[in-house]
Amino acid sequence: MLDKLNEIQTNALSAIESVQDEAALEAWRVAHLGRNSALMQLFNGFGQLSKEERPVIGQRANEVKKALEEAFVARSGQVRQAALKRSIEQERLDVTLPGRRLPLGRLHPDTQILRELYRVFGEMGFQVYRSREVESDEYNFQLLNFPVGHPARDMQDTYFVESEGRGENPIVLRTHTSPGQIRAMHEYAARDPHNPPPVRIILPGMVYRYEQVDARHETQFDQIEGLAVGPGITFSDLKGTLADLARRLFGQNVRTRFRASFFPFTEPSAEFDIECFLCGGKGCNVCGGGWLEIGGCGMIHSVVLQNGGYDPERYTGFAFGLGPQRIAMLRYGINDIRYFWENDLRFLEQF
Amino acid sequence: MKAPLSWLKDFVDIDISIADLAHLITMAGMEVEEIRILGLPMPAPGSVDARLSGLEWDREKIVVASILEVLPHPNADRLTLCKLFDGQQEHIVLTGAPNLFEYKGIGPLPKVLKVAYAKEGAQIYDGHQEGLVLTKLKRATIRGVESFSMVCSEKELGISDEHEGILILDEDALPGTPLADYLGDAVMDVKLLPSFARCASMLGLAREIAAITGTPLKHPKSPTQPPAGKADFAEIEITNPEMNPRFVLGLIRNIEIRPSPEKVQRRLKMAGMRPINNIVDATNYVMLEIGEPLHAFDYDVLVKSAKNKPVKIITRTAKAGEKLTTLDGVERKLDETTVLVCDQAGALSIAGVMGGRESEVYDAAQEVLDAPGIESQAGEFLKGKASARGKSTSSILLEGAAWNFINIRKTARAYALHSEASYRFGRGVHPAMAERGVRRGLELMHAWANGEVAPGLVDAYPLPAKDPTVEITSADVKRWLGVEIPIKKVKLMLERLEFTCTLESKQRLLVTVPDHRMDIGEGITGKADIVEEIARIYGYDNIPETRIADELPPQLGNPLLDKEERVRDLLVAQGLQETISYRLTTPEREARRLRPDNPTDDQPYVRIANPIAPDKAVLRHSVLASLLDVAEHNARVRERLALFEIGPAFLASESGDLSSGSGQGLPDELQRVVLLLAGPRSLPGWQPVDATPMDFYDLKGVLSALLDGLRIPAVGFRPAEHPSFHPGKCARVMSGDKQIGVVGELHPQVRGQYDWPASFRSPVLVAEIDLDILLTLIPTLHQTEAVPTLPPVLEDLAVVVDESLPAERVAELIRQTGGKVVSDVRLFDVYRDEKIGAGKKSLAYRLTYQAVNKTFSDKDVAGMRGRILRRLEQELGAVLRR
Repeated sequence: MLDKLNEIQTNALSAIESVQDEAALEAWRVAHLGRNSALMQLFNGFGQLSKEERPVIGQRANEVKKALEEAFVARSGQVRQAALKRSIEQERLDVTLPGRRLPLGRLHPDTQILRELYRVFGEMGFQVYRSREVESDEYNFQLLNFPVGHPARDMQDTYFVESEGRGENPIVLRTHTSPGQIRAMHEYAARDPHNPPPVRIILPGMVYRYEQVDARHETQFDQIEGLAVGPGITFSDLKGTLADLARRLFGQNVRTRFRASFFPFTEPSAEFDIECFLCGGKGCNVCGGGWLEIGGCGMIHSVVLQNGGYDPERYTGFAFGLGPQRIAMLRYGINDIRYFWENDLRFLEQF
Repeated sequence: MKAPLSWLKDFVDIDISIADLAHLITMAGMEVEEIRILGLPMPAPGSVDARLSGLEWDREKIVVASILEVLPHPNADRLTLCKLFDGQQEHIVLTGAPNLFEYKGIGPLPKVLKVAYAKEGAQIYDGHQEGLVLTKLKRATIRGVESFSMVCSEKELGISDEHEGILILDEDALPGTPLADYLGDAVMDVKLLPSFARCASMLGLAREIAAITGTPLKHPKSPTQPPAGKADFAEIEITNPEMNPRFVLGLIRNIEIRPSPEKVQRRLKMAGMRPINNIVDATNYVMLEIGEPLHAFDYDVLVKSAKNKPVKIITRTAKAGEKLTTLDGVERKLDETTVLVCDQAGALSIAGVMGGRESEVYDAAQEVLDAPGIESQAGEFLKGKASARGKSTSSILLEGAAWNFINIRKTARAYALHSEASYRFGRGVHPAMAERGVRRGLELMHAWANGEVAPGLVDAYPLPAKDPTVEITSADVKRWLGVEIPIKKVKLMLERLEFTCTLESKQRLLVTVPDHRMDIGEGITGKADIVEEIARIYGYDNIPETRIADELPPQLGNPLLDKEERVRDLLVAQGLQETISYRLTTPEREARRLRPDNPTDDQPYVRIANPIAPDKAVLRHSVLASLLDVAEHNARVRERLALFEIGPAFLASESGDLSSGSGQGLPDELQRVVLLLAGPRSLPGWQPVDATPMDFYDLKGVLSALLDGLRIPAVGFRPAEHPSFHPGKCARVMSGDKQIGVVGELHPQVRGQYDWPASFRSPVLVAEIDLDILLTLIPTLHQTEAVPTLPPVLEDLAVVVDESLPAERVAELIRQTGGKVVSDVRLFDVYRDEKIGAGKKSLAYRLTYQAVNKTFSDKDVAGMRGRILRRLEQELGAVLRR
């Protein structure tokens, strides 16, 4: 009997060596540890053994069973490992094949720049104020100190709207967002006409000029204007505010420059330049002499303050205007302003 | 304005480089747009903001030389050989210059000719080529004579286009002197903003340079003409002093018309004007020198016209129907606001703008002498009329006047007559300049044309200019500029600009405006004007940068803008691309969005009175039309389109915007958001995708998600008809009973009105939402519900209903009946077949029974299902599908 047990063990352990997969393993288990296996048959025949043989054979039979079971567990682990390894091999992907993309929505580049400006100015306490695009001559010009017939009007070629019987107050497409200055000041001053509250706003929006369109000139473009009114606003505040803006938009080391200029609604007036960030101020084919024109600015003209309901003896203020498209063009190397409203997806999808 | 450096130096010493000068002028508000170099060292590229042009003359290779003798060329009649001395040695130089022929073969010249001599290797412009082509002088043999150098024309040196002959220099030029030292110059083209009218002359610009650089201004000497005495040669009548505050006349007799001195001609050319003759040049010279445009009349013609009465000049506005033939030969119907200079017989000229040609103005001499700044026309006229005239003008009545600048500008624009004179008068010339101009003009005519100047001036000055006096304190300067500047320093700066300053106390300065400028106001405006001058001279660079110290205003935010940006975000999150279109379009272009048989757009357009192009005639009525244009354009480059645009549509309105008094009559600006989808649901890839064309439900899905994301209450879709859309694929978008927009598939006929590429066959889906209404419906706050901790019970329910029943009614009724118990109703199948029956459809819903704090039992669910089914059956005739 002991010989038979040894043989069972030897056969079984040798057979398990050739088991390679789950199915063969299960077949081995049935053959060697199953109910009809030689070992189990042997256990079933214990009753016929003599009293002396029984413990010896019994002990040995249990040893064999344990050995086979251990072999089974070990082999089963190896088979699973091998199977996993095989399946991982088979599942290997070509990771260079393109991914499945969901369509990506995008904001127009102009909106992206505007949002950035809203954020930067918002942090400085400037609120967004929007007003209409079609204006009266009075709001677009007269209240902003462009008297009827004044040569300053030559600076802004104007689209007039067909309208009758309006005399010197025709309807125009606004040539700048500045009529909003008057509208905003009126709104603020109405809260407390004897003691109007300070104002700190930005005025974004589309403006129109009667101008031939080419790569650098548009007949429709957008502007963002800033306005600060209070009892103690100074030109040095204007310089500081725009210098802060330039550093936020173009980098903390960028230098700014203010050149004397003229606008009817500000005095003193200035052009606001930044050091060219493309060439570091050395001079290149974009900037010429190392500086880039960014916008116009100045202290609000006393006539304009007065027209807005703010006493120029008590209040001062500054105003400035920037072109979001100009900023985008400089930043992204866009060389044709017409791209913006033509909406060719080959352009828009680059933002 | 073009300002030659040499001319500016008449009035101010300039010892800095042209690049530094241009920078200083630009920073002070007079932008130098271009620097044209005529011989002087060329600034390094990138060292100046201005454009650079012109030619630097090599100091060694281009020098002054004397022509000693002009010899004939042995082999060519049209060439000569010049014997010249360049300061070191004699050379024989070949030239074809016609202005040397008169000296050919006459032996050594009695008076040597001073010329510009370019040696081998010198860089000059090629005189024989069109335009400016640089060339380097090389040794060559022309008709057997070796040539390695040349005498130069103005064109070859870049001074002018003149290549008819060589440049002859004045006698004082020393042979061997580098030409750049003798003649070298630079011309700055300065852009003058409207408030800088006072700088539209050499003296005006020099005054600014003097003030900026702290150099004394060299005042022009008082003119020596006319001699003292009482003027009796003319009378003046000014009918409207508002239009013509001052009119001054002087007279010079027995003049000789001939070319002006070379130096004068050169200066005029550098300043951009063409020399004509000594009289016209004198008027132009005075205008460029001190800023007063002058007008010269032929006095003899006026005397004749006066018929033995004294000559009388009248200024008045044109009469109704009055006409004047101006010197360009055009007969002009005059506007009744146009101011004229007349004599008793009629109009002589359009004041400050252009001379006339009528009657005595037909006299050629007078016309030639007319109109500074349109000298080319005058010059051509001279050629045409010289023979008809017979006798040259011999007496000049010289006009210097002051005009209302608003009126002059209006007149110049009305007749499209823009000249150097109307440019200056249209921006304002101080009346004090009228007298100065006439005196200086008489002095120059006397010097250049001989003649005798009659004693005295006739001066009518009915409306004397009031030069404001403004009080300014250190506190004012600090208040505007944020910087402390001692009042004594302020005084010095203003005096450099010729303001008269009196220190009233330690802090107070009384500032009187000089009588050459009209841009300084009175009172608080005058203060600001003066502060601007202080800032310019102090230097904007020297004002510090500060952060606003004032109290922060109330932070109101802009909730409507925040909501609008939320709309953008929700659409971008769904894969749509934002566009921004031109608002100017044409009605025809926009009409394509409507069915051709149904032209319903009879709303009034905002029409542009002066469109710059035919395709920019009106402001758009429809953002939808804009987006269709964008889609049409992009269908050529993309097969799948998912777009949106937010912006205004414009409606002309008789009564629009009455709320803001002055806004009366302005159009309505209606904000819209428009969405567009077209093309395959997914773009083809390397694996199968759902590439079926997007349909109504794709766009409805995007729209529903948008409205959901905005938390618009009670959203519903109702079948609708609309002239843009397929009648069976169009819905009104509702929030409760309020319509907020429309969504649908473009009507096939409308689709057919756009030019799609042949490959683009899918439906075009569009939604247009009224943004103004939409934004008001977005709640500012909303409440959330607790996240359920207990599992939901899910159950599917399929019912058969009539085909015509809108599915939404079934879902609505389930929701209504389910109340708080049924937390979600989702349609997952729509099914039709014979078994269900013709005219019927099966709708299958998945119901979620869920409450925060309760698990529903089968019994609960069964009860609710029963109630739902009963109502569906009773109210909608729905039958449970088993």
